Amino acid sequence: MQHKATRYAGSAFTHVILAGYSILALFPIVLIAINAFKDRASIFDSPLSLPNSESWSLIGFEKAMKNAHFFSFFGNSMIVTVTSLFFILLFGAMAAWALSEYKFRGSRWLLAFFAFGIMVPIRLGTVSILQIMVSLNLVNTLTALVLVYIAQGLPLAIMILSEFMQQLPKELKEAARCDGVGEFKIFFQVILPLIRPAVATVAVFTMVPIWNDLWFPLILAPGEETQTITLGVQQFIGQYATDWNAVLASLSLAVLPVLVLYMFFSRQLIRGITAGAVK
Amino acid sequence: MSHVSLKNLKKSYDGKTDVLAGINLEIEDGEFVVLVGPSGCGKSTLLRMLSGLEAISGGDLEIDHARVNDLPPAQRGIAMVFQSYALYPHMNVYKNMAFGLKIHGASKDEIDRRIKHAASILKIDHLLTRLPRELSGGQRQRVAIGRAIVREPKLFLFDEPLSNLDAALRVQTRLEIAKLHRDLNATIVYVTHDQVEAMTLGDKIVVMHDGHIQQAGTPLELYQRPANLFVATFIGSPKMNLLEGVVAEASATELSVTLAGGQLLKAEVDASRATVGDRVTVGIRAEHLWENNEGSERFTGTVNLVEHLGEANYLYVTLSTGQDIVVRGNGEREVELGQTLNMSAPAASFHVFDRDGQAFHRLKPGNLRSSKG
Ligand SMILES: Nc1ncnc2c1ncn2[C@@H]1O[C@H](COP(=O)(O)OP(=O)(O)O)[C@@H](O)[C@H]1O
Ligand SMILES: [Mg+2]
Repeated sequence: MQHKATRYAGSAFTHVILAGYSILALFPIVLIAINAFKDRASIFDSPLSLPNSESWSLIGFEKAMKNAHFFSFFGNSMIVTVTSLFFILLFGAMAAWALSEYKFRGSRWLLAFFAFGIMVPIRLGTVSILQIMVSLNLVNTLTALVLVYIAQGLPLAIMILSEFMQQLPKELKEAARCDGVGEFKIFFQVILPLIRPAVATVAVFTMVPIWNDLWFPLILAPGEETQTITLGVQQFIGQYATDWNAVLASLSLAVLPVLVLYMFFSRQLIRGITAGAVK
Repeated sequence: MSHVSLKNLKKSYDGKTDVLAGINLEIEDGEFVVLVGPSGCGKSTLLRMLSGLEAISGGDLEIDHARVNDLPPAQRGIAMVFQSYALYPHMNVYKNMAFGLKIHGASKDEIDRRIKHAASILKIDHLLTRLPRELSGGQRQRVAIGRAIVREPKLFLFDEPLSNLDAALRVQTRLEIAKLHRDLNATIVYVTHDQVEAMTLGDKIVVMHDGHIQQAGTPLELYQRPANLFVATFIGSPKMNLLEGVVAEASATELSVTLAGGQLLKAEVDASRATVGDRVTVGIRAEHLWENNEGSERFTGTVNLVEHLGEANYLYVTLSTGQDIVVRGNGEREVELGQTLNMSAPAASFHVFDRDGQAFHRLKPGNLRSSKG
């Protein structure tokens, strides 16, 4: 009895903490979402109330969509995030495979080099990155962003994926080698499908910072044509007057794509985890 | 046709210590060769060198008289079955078997024909669409064997394929592997640490220890004429009884040994290379000690433990000299603990090993069953 009571108390405590944290984290997001559906006066009069028949207004969304570049901002964000993600996962997995499967001269140093990349934020190198991009004529291109994000995402991807790859049984690869399967086919058809949960984990952790990043778009690609959504939203924030309706509406919209991607990957993630648990 | 020839094969992982120190072995077409030895003696390493998964440090490996030292596994015409089965977890049984074939560019019909054939031999027809995790251990083992069969290799390599199965399944699968060997007329190299598995399956058994081949021969040869103490104690269950002694008299037809307790024992071995006064070890198997006086050499002791097997029992006996031995007795006769037991054995039944553990040649091994007993 005593036991049960303490166990309940313990789990209740955990849940209280988690719920508290969730509320704290969700509060600003919910605030943005509910105010996006209100008219300007109501946003300032009662920012915490839900939209009702009086305050309901889609004016923010209308303004945002009318902006000539709004959809291209979205497109830019999408292109940058998905392309970076694709190459981070591809190159990250390949590098992880090389580092965990083949022992070659300098492989330990290479691993240490990538570990170093996790510890040192890439923003420290902004000035040199900008210089490189200028000399390569890549300023104001999405390529510049993609390249930087790949560099930013690779170290963590390699670390996580090589950890997973080392746990795959050696015999699997050996069986494939006896079957005459080439190394590339082993990688793509045996190894990659088996570490799918890990790939999903990496995807989730890598995707969000890229989508949300304001720093590099501002420095490397601030041009009208190449702005990402996070940067584009700033257009509605003026020096003298801010169009709060449009800002809140576009921020709400900006969450959607990344939410969809997250749900896609997290399904994989959970499936992977449970599949492993049942075995 | 496939003939495999190992010439002075060596393996060293660190370049200093030899894990395998010069292995010489011929494997004939259709032969079932079992590599057996205690854990860590280098069996798996040798098998992996045959497969091409492990580099060969020295010597030559020939398959069908062509040197294959530097060929990758796929080009050696081998198929390997792993202890852990190593099935691709994300592919169903059919795809597991088809994967390697597809890579080699076999046609769809050919792949299908081979898989259906292998599946029917192994009775896994109904499992073809299942994933490995939906199979029992025994079924996974069959699929792993099936994956090897469809490749139609020159040489099958098995690394302890039964050790993950429970006892009953192990015996059953053992029989099936033997049958498979007969039906496919396949050349097989099979690794195990279990001497019973080795004895029941092998045409030829290769006993390994410390990176050396201790002896290679038919099961009966190893049982009747173990070349040294290691093989003598490794093959046969229960372990051969060993008694220490000193040579009293030696000739080409007989060796007399003074045992520790002073008893004189005659053994029918070719002892022409022995000299009087040498230390020797005498070996006698439990089944060659009889509970009667028919044999020429006699022992007395007290029973202190009995293991009943049904048709026989093993009596653990302490001799009057204090030495412990095992005797195989008639299982349907009651034996009491503490009872005094008189035993005998024929002079032909003894094994004798010199101080280096090398056996003297036995002159008349073979049918030593007691008429009574
Ligand atoms: N990859 C390796 N690196 C270094 N030593 C190894 C390696 N694989 C096996 N060994 C050593 O080689 C010896 C033989 O191993 P193994 O062939 O696996 O033995 P067995 O299969 O007979 O149990 C062991 O002493 C083991 O420690
Ligand atoms: Mg082994």
